[in-house]
Amino acid sequence: MTDAMDANATGTGFKVEEKLFQNRYLVDVGRPHITIKPHDVPSKALLALTHACPAGCYSKNDSGQVEATIDGCLECGTCRVITAKTGDIEWNYPRGGFGVLFKFG
Amino acid sequence: MIEERFDAIVVGAGPSGNAAAYTMAKAGLKVLQLERGEYPGSKNVQGAILYADALEKIIPDFREDAPLERHIIEQRLWTMDEKSYVGMHYRSEDFNEERPNRYTILRAQFDKWFSSKVREAGAILLCETTVTELIRDGAGKVTGVRTDRDGGTALADIVILGEGVNGLVGQRSGLRPELQPDSVALAVKEMHFLPREVIESRFNLKGNEGVVIEAMGTITDGMTGTGFLYTNQESVSVGIGCIVSDFAESGKTAYGLLEAFKNHPSIKPLLENSECKEYAAHLIPEGGYHSIPELYGDGWLVVGDAGQFVNAVHREGSNLAMTTGRIAGETVIALKHRGAAMSKANLAAYKRTLDETFVMKDLKKYKRIPALLHRNKQLFGLYPRLLTAAAQTWFRVDGVDKRSKENAILRSFRKGRTLSGLIGDAFKLARAWR
Ligand SMILES: Cc1cc2nc3c(=O)[nH]c(=O)nc-3n(C[C@H](O)[C@H](O)[C@H](O)COP(=O)(O)OP(=O)(O)OC[C@H]3O[C@@H](n4cnc5c(N)ncnc54)[C@H](O)[C@@H]3O)c2cc1C
Ligand code: SF4
Repeated sequence: MTDAMDANATGTGFKVEEKLFQNRYLVDVGRPHITIKPHDVPSKALLALTHACPAGCYSKNDSGQVEATIDGCLECGTCRVITAKTGDIEWNYPRGGFGVLFKFG
Repeated sequence: MIEERFDAIVVGAGPSGNAAAYTMAKAGLKVLQLERGEYPGSKNVQGAILYADALEKIIPDFREDAPLERHIIEQRLWTMDEKSYVGMHYRSEDFNEERPNRYTILRAQFDKWFSSKVREAGAILLCETTVTELIRDGAGKVTGVRTDRDGGTALADIVILGEGVNGLVGQRSGLRPELQPDSVALAVKEMHFLPREVIESRFNLKGNEGVVIEAMGTITDGMTGTGFLYTNQESVSVGIGCIVSDFAESGKTAYGLLEAFKNHPSIKPLLENSECKEYAAHLIPEGGYHSIPELYGDGWLVVGDAGQFVNAVHREGSNLAMTTGRIAGETVIALKHRGAAMSKANLAAYKRTLDETFVMKDLKKYKRIPALLHRNKQLFGLYPRLLTAAAQTWFRVDGVDKRSKENAILRSFRKGRTLSGLIGDAFKLARAWR
């Protein structure tokens, strides 16, 4: 890729949160459908989620662990598939009716 | 606990589940359908192109009231590098026919419509209900499902799993293995709204005519994947997808690729001044023939994406979903009429029938393609670059004679890839296509 496209791709100033604002969600407050198992050092698979999640739900905290804020989750399952072998996360669908609501899909 | 006993329970109200539920309800079977979304379609994402044939075999007069966007009269296949594309376009007045062959649709609206037909046919639909597990009897036969509605259960002679690509119910019940990161793609998509007249003039359309663009090349930044742009009545769907393991290993983001794709000089003018109203993501099973799991057993059948029924090369999925759903339904109806048990041996008829349809024939024909595309990244970077460069050499008029231009193009290919590499790639592609 050219530099110009790279700048776009990695988004100097571009935030996925801006995309998520357009969506409708019904958040199941206090009942996250995805949880990360406690860890000191994240596995390679878990670390990969910080960029592979299309909603940017995963991030690394100051002490090096991976955290998740899943309010913007699009329920795609990518994080589940990537960590299936390592078992780093516990993934379920949100309770019936909760989660993302696509108007167009 | 739902007291009533059903002939069939269908998990999911996507195209596969709806096709199965409709077919069975229409034949008078007592059908319960369970959907985790607030309404059918609220969790579903597609490009989306609807292939008429598969739906026509279920609801022949669907054109009368289905929410169709535009019928497709032009297909553009683009091989792109950073600044250019080489295109293969096909447009024909023949596609302005009485019963068009392909339409763009919006899944949330289409699924709602399909579901209304399923209910009219007599099936009972419960939304906001996530199926959590299968219930089995002592002999291991599936007899029903458990849901997250206060642990409520429902019983039936057969459970048809149309639960889509993640397929947690089937997986967690041990019916099929976990998805592999290298055989499933992550696609992201945005809905961009524009006035109809703008779409029509930008894409050279009139009335309900539509155009679709399928793109590959450097837009996926070295990963295995494709981009797309489809015209709807008052919106344009634009998206891009790559194999999940490529995302995991490359450190690249799907939304970053989408932004770059939208900003490509050939795409940007098509989206200018549009208003984005939704950002969605979804997985696509792309492992093909070799990743098809067990499709039937005592008391259960699998349809649609849960059975990996996607032909990624041709971007067909919903039609395979509807076809497998319909045939699953017909299989159950036939057994029911014979008074035969929903046993593994009897349900094998489902797979035998599928084998004779385009679903299995096409997936079998392309069985080598997924691995080929995954292992030969030159198809997504090197070749698009060589092709666009060759086009530029060829079309630029600069005093260089044509034979020298031909030689320069040949040399660029030889330099980019060894002769044996070139021949090998051509051979591999031909073999996989056969
Ligand atoms: C970006 C993108 C573009 C695509 N483009 C095209 C295209 O242009 N043309 C085409 O033909 N195909 C396309 N496809 C593929 C097509 O969308 C799928 O093949 C098709 O949707 C599969 O239908 P399905 O019914 O099997 O699964 P789905 O449509 O995924 O439906 C599954 C349903 O089951 C529900 N569900 C899941 N689990 C549970 C549970 N435990 N309990 C209750 N309900 C549950 C879900 O909410 C959902 O409604 C595309 C896919 C994507 C992601
Ligand atoms: S399911 Fe998809 S959107 Fe949700 S957290 Fe996982 S990767 Fe992100």
